[in-house]
Amino acid sequence: MEMTITEKTLARGAGRKYVKPGEFVDVDIDILGMNDVTSTGAIKLLRKYFNNQIAEDLNIVVTPDHYDHRDIDSAELYKELMGFCEEHRDHKKMWVYPLGENYGICHVMLPQEGHVRPGDIIVGGDSHTCTYGALGAFSTGIGTTEVGNVLATGKLWFKVPESLKIIIKGENPENIMAKDIFLHVVGNIGVDGALYQAMEWEGRPINELNIDEKLTLTNLDIEAGAKSGIIQPDEKVFEYLEGRLKLPLDDSRLVYSDPNAKYASVLEYDISDLPPLVAKPYLPSNVVPASELENVRIDQAFIGSCTGAKAYDLEVAAEILKGNKKARHVRLIVSPATQKIYKEVMQNKLGKIFLDAGAVIWPPGCGACLGAYMGVLASGEVCISSTNRNFRGRMGHRESKVFLASPMTVAASAVKGYIRGAEL
Amino acid sequence: MKDVIVGESYVVGDHINTDAIIPGRYLGKLASVPVEMYPEILRKYAMEDLDPKYPPFLDKEKRCPYKIIVAGRNFGCGSSREHAQIALKGAGIEVVVAPSFARIFYRNCINGAWFPPTESEEDLSKQIATGDELKIIISERKIVNVTKGEEHSSKPFDLLAKNILDAGGLTQYNLRRI
Ligand code: SF4
Repeated sequence: MEMTITEKTLARGAGRKYVKPGEFVDVDIDILGMNDVTSTGAIKLLRKYFNNQIAEDLNIVVTPDHYDHRDIDSAELYKELMGFCEEHRDHKKMWVYPLGENYGICHVMLPQEGHVRPGDIIVGGDSHTCTYGALGAFSTGIGTTEVGNVLATGKLWFKVPESLKIIIKGENPENIMAKDIFLHVVGNIGVDGALYQAMEWEGRPINELNIDEKLTLTNLDIEAGAKSGIIQPDEKVFEYLEGRLKLPLDDSRLVYSDPNAKYASVLEYDISDLPPLVAKPYLPSNVVPASELENVRIDQAFIGSCTGAKAYDLEVAAEILKGNKKARHVRLIVSPATQKIYKEVMQNKLGKIFLDAGAVIWPPGCGACLGAYMGVLASGEVCISSTNRNFRGRMGHRESKVFLASPMTVAASAVKGYIRGAEL
Repeated sequence: MKDVIVGESYVVGDHINTDAIIPGRYLGKLASVPVEMYPEILRKYAMEDLDPKYPPFLDKEKRCPYKIIVAGRNFGCGSSREHAQIALKGAGIEVVVAPSFARIFYRNCINGAWFPPTESEEDLSKQIATGDELKIIISERKIVNVTKGEEHSSKPFDLLAKNILDAGGLTQYNLRRI
């Protein structure tokens, strides 16, 4: 039977030769991601019901990235998670990235630190866990009860999703990024357009994207309701993994979609004429060309988050800000996704470009992206943001407005003080 | 899990997201608190950032008069925070009815056994009004609008989802299997 890469991966995890969409499977989890905000209940659950015993073979990556000591409550969350890690320091397969020299946002940390292998099954207590499909893994977000049960059993049930193939064609225009490609698609299919499906991306413009851009594309797939997002791994992926992986590559896990695998549907988009796009409040699917919003005055421009503050995101933003200043009325905030990227920025010319442009450079963390700390919006304020969600209240007051765009568009808008696509 | 739920309905449209159900600024509230206290802590913030076009979900004393949410498509989209289920449960919600749920939200309802995420055959958010008295019989797949004298049906639960709900959630389900 012909299967998609997603079906093959779940079949492998379930110890079966073959699965089909709609079937229920119990799969072995290769990697569990834990953060500060959604782990507290899971830790308590493990203690109360499972003798505080972690499944022996489970690989765990801990990134306390969401709240970072913004107040006493969040300091307690951090302390609890770190205490849990300390208690389980004999669990050999746990990697912990506390606040310090190797810290950062989970979905950038896991690939960066070599925890993602093609063919892996990865779950984490955060909805954007779907990011890791960029490197050929099946990955999806789960809730706290599930995190606790994965900790205890190393397994989780899934209903095998159908796959939705998205074929991108044409030439990548210079002033658009993976963010624009996704916005174009979600603008077309809607925020539930891929509900409980695996979005499988292909086409030459996709293959031409660098790894950071691919990570952006799959990170965003949950915004179309997808269970997971995936790009079949190519040479570039293996080059990226070289010398980075914490666990050895397992060739038997490398799978690809069969040529006649079944898809729920196949959608094609030609992006040759795609202009820079922006998602208006309050849904990521409210997508229009940036050129239609040129009279929207912004109070804040945010370049941050797992979606929009990877090394490449910052390079292109800096390219636009170089020699420019942000508009006087704008708060320009740059928050590199991880400490490694932050260090790069501060030690090379990017840091100077951002500072000369009038930006503040904030440390890594989720912060402004979920309206938790740093860059929180007041009522009536407007932010253009390289993040992934613009729901009401997402970045602050319920009467604030978030417009989602690529880091390029955010940078160009910061300079104008009004929404603008980048002109290169 | 209760099979028959009777109470007032609160009706919302499509794509009600977890940031509206429980805003990110409250996610730190569960540190150093026993699990049993979670619903009591989060209920006060339930639906705080919902579009103001809807009537208030909570009254001035932060009490919720509703037991049933009737929603449009894709209820619970967004974050994986189980704080959303906990906040609604704490507010007194016993069932959510929608033609479709965001998948992580759906799974969290089942795995935490917070309340049954009941998929209606049709979108009822235009046929039922906030304040209508409903009677929902899960096993019979019936959604009865007592106020309007109308009856609708819901889709069956998948067997595994039902078994997990009946066990009282994934933890209890797993404990029985081990
Ligand atoms: S940066 Fe934003 S989207 Fe990414 S993990 Fe943090 S809160 Fe979630």
